[in-house]
Amino acid sequence: MAILETRNLTKIYPRADIGAVADVTLATREGEFLVLLGPSGSGKTTLLRMIAGLETPTSGEIRIGGELVNDRTPRERGIAMVFQSYALYPHLTVLENIEFPLKSRGVPKAARIEKAGWAAGLLGLVALLERKPRQLSGGERQRVALARAIVREPSLFLLDEPLSNLDAKLRATAREELEQFQKRMGTTTVYVTHDQVEAMAMGDRIVVMNLGRVRQIGTPAEVYDDPADTFVATFLGSPPMNLLEAPDGVIGVRPEHLMPAEGGGRDASRRVALRVSHEEYLGAERIVYGAFEGPPFAGQRGVSRVASTHAVHFAPGSVHEFVIPERHVRTFDRQTGLATRRAGRA
Amino acid sequence: MLAPAILYVVALVGLPLFLAALYSVGDVRIGSSGWRFVGLQNFRSVVSSPGFRRALFDSFVFTVSAQALVLVGATLLALALKDSFRGRRSIRFVILLPWVAPVSLGAIGWKWILDSIYSVLSWVLVRLRLVEPFGAPMWLGEPRLAMLSVILVHAWHMLPFATVILLAGWTAIPRDIPEAAEVDGAGFFRRLFAIELPMMRPIMNVALLFGVVFTFTDMTVIYILTRGGPHDSTQVLPSLAFFTGILGSDLAAGAAISLFLVPLLGAAAVWILRAAHRAEVA
Repeated sequence: MAILETRNLTKIYPRADIGAVADVTLATREGEFLVLLGPSGSGKTTLLRMIAGLETPTSGEIRIGGELVNDRTPRERGIAMVFQSYALYPHLTVLENIEFPLKSRGVPKAARIEKAGWAAGLLGLVALLERKPRQLSGGERQRVALARAIVREPSLFLLDEPLSNLDAKLRATAREELEQFQKRMGTTTVYVTHDQVEAMAMGDRIVVMNLGRVRQIGTPAEVYDDPADTFVATFLGSPPMNLLEAPDGVIGVRPEHLMPAEGGGRDASRRVALRVSHEEYLGAERIVYGAFEGPPFAGQRGVSRVASTHAVHFAPGSVHEFVIPERHVRTFDRQTGLATRRAGRA
Repeated sequence: MLAPAILYVVALVGLPLFLAALYSVGDVRIGSSGWRFVGLQNFRSVVSSPGFRRALFDSFVFTVSAQALVLVGATLLALALKDSFRGRRSIRFVILLPWVAPVSLGAIGWKWILDSIYSVLSWVLVRLRLVEPFGAPMWLGEPRLAMLSVILVHAWHMLPFATVILLAGWTAIPRDIPEAAEVDGAGFFRRLFAIELPMMRPIMNVALLFGVVFTFTDMTVIYILTRGGPHDSTQVLPSLAFFTGILGSDLAAGAAISLFLVPLLGAAAVWILRAAHRAEVA
């Protein structure tokens, strides 16, 4: 039985002409880390807030543990949520913050202290229990918010961009910690982010959303290797997938699959020529920008990702031979943008 | 560049305060000429008079009761008005009216509502058969009722200001926090008393400080409704100072009564501001 299930879930705001969330149907698997990924305005946070009970759906169903919870208050849903701002109670100490969900549910004092101690220990907060939130660093606040969420052992965790307020260095560590933590707890988790690296690194499966609609649900490898449409193809991956106009539709090629012909090309591949406009050196790799010469892609822009160990030098203005292995070519319908052929792992 | 501002403050605040201090240690009366230093004699005689002690006590009763009513009322009103609904703007406007209308005008309205013969309140009570015809209470004629009446009218006048301050405080609470409390399982009352009101404590202290100062130093409502009566039962320090100093022409005693308030209010202000500051940095 799925912990969380939504059926045709829709939210329409009275003054907006399009739905904030449109017709979302998904189900989590036991203990799964499900990531809702999309650009801002894609409806991922609204979807999460509907699951939490903070927004009322316009139509559709939300089931938690098999039971329809549309009409239940957040309090009755037995979920825990970590907010983007952490939403710690500023006038309460760390201990009081962690205890709050237990207090709200009338847990007796002795049990409360034991549980709060357990949660604080799990997240390394024991030394900070008497502090107020404003005396904590960003990373500590995030851990307090997590401790407050797990303290009553919810059946479902909802996390709304919990890492976005941390600086880049801390974010990487916190990401790994959070991932390990979720695996250890085994609690089904729905995680909202606009950061594709977070989504790829942490998610068991990723729900890619845009304009309120689910564009694709799949493992990180599935959404990256076999994007369901041109939106997913260009939203994931940095730099994004090359989309090239071809006579029979749109062809998608990941920059790492547009490979210099020198030293490559063992597989059946298409050969193309690229006039290099400039190159970005990123340490481990180089990003080569240019425009194709000759049919079938003449004049269209192309981006290639080349390992820095590759010997060739790409001077601006020079023309180089590239190959595209046939098994890495994806095709999309020109009108709908939907993938027309699932090569590779299909 | 500061000169006009300084001149302004000196003329409007400094000079009267200085004159009051001068009068309070002199022997000035209206019509008398000259000034002779008498030390603290005015204070001594004022403090020893039963009328002053009674007015001091009543000042506290008046201020504390009115402010308690205002705080509770403003919290309830702010709670009702903080979320958006149809017609919220017009209701907010109506609630603000007692504050923006001249207080004397409002008080005169209340004088009519509470009149001993033409009281609409009594009329309504009679029509509802809650009291006998001609048996309605004398709202402003019986000591306890008169005190209750001036307290209620003053609270009515102060309510909008406190409501506006509390509304501002409420909108300053990030929306996430009550939502987090909701997801954490807190019901309405726990959210209100354990999260939202404690978070608003600093701003409530500011509202309270303003309220206490305005109430302690104000005599408009009392002057219009009861003139301190009956039998001085609603006499507070500002009205006593006015009746003694201006109407009773004993300027020195009036000044002494007025100045008696200054250290008291100063202490209250410091105490409340420190509480507000503590709540902010804690």
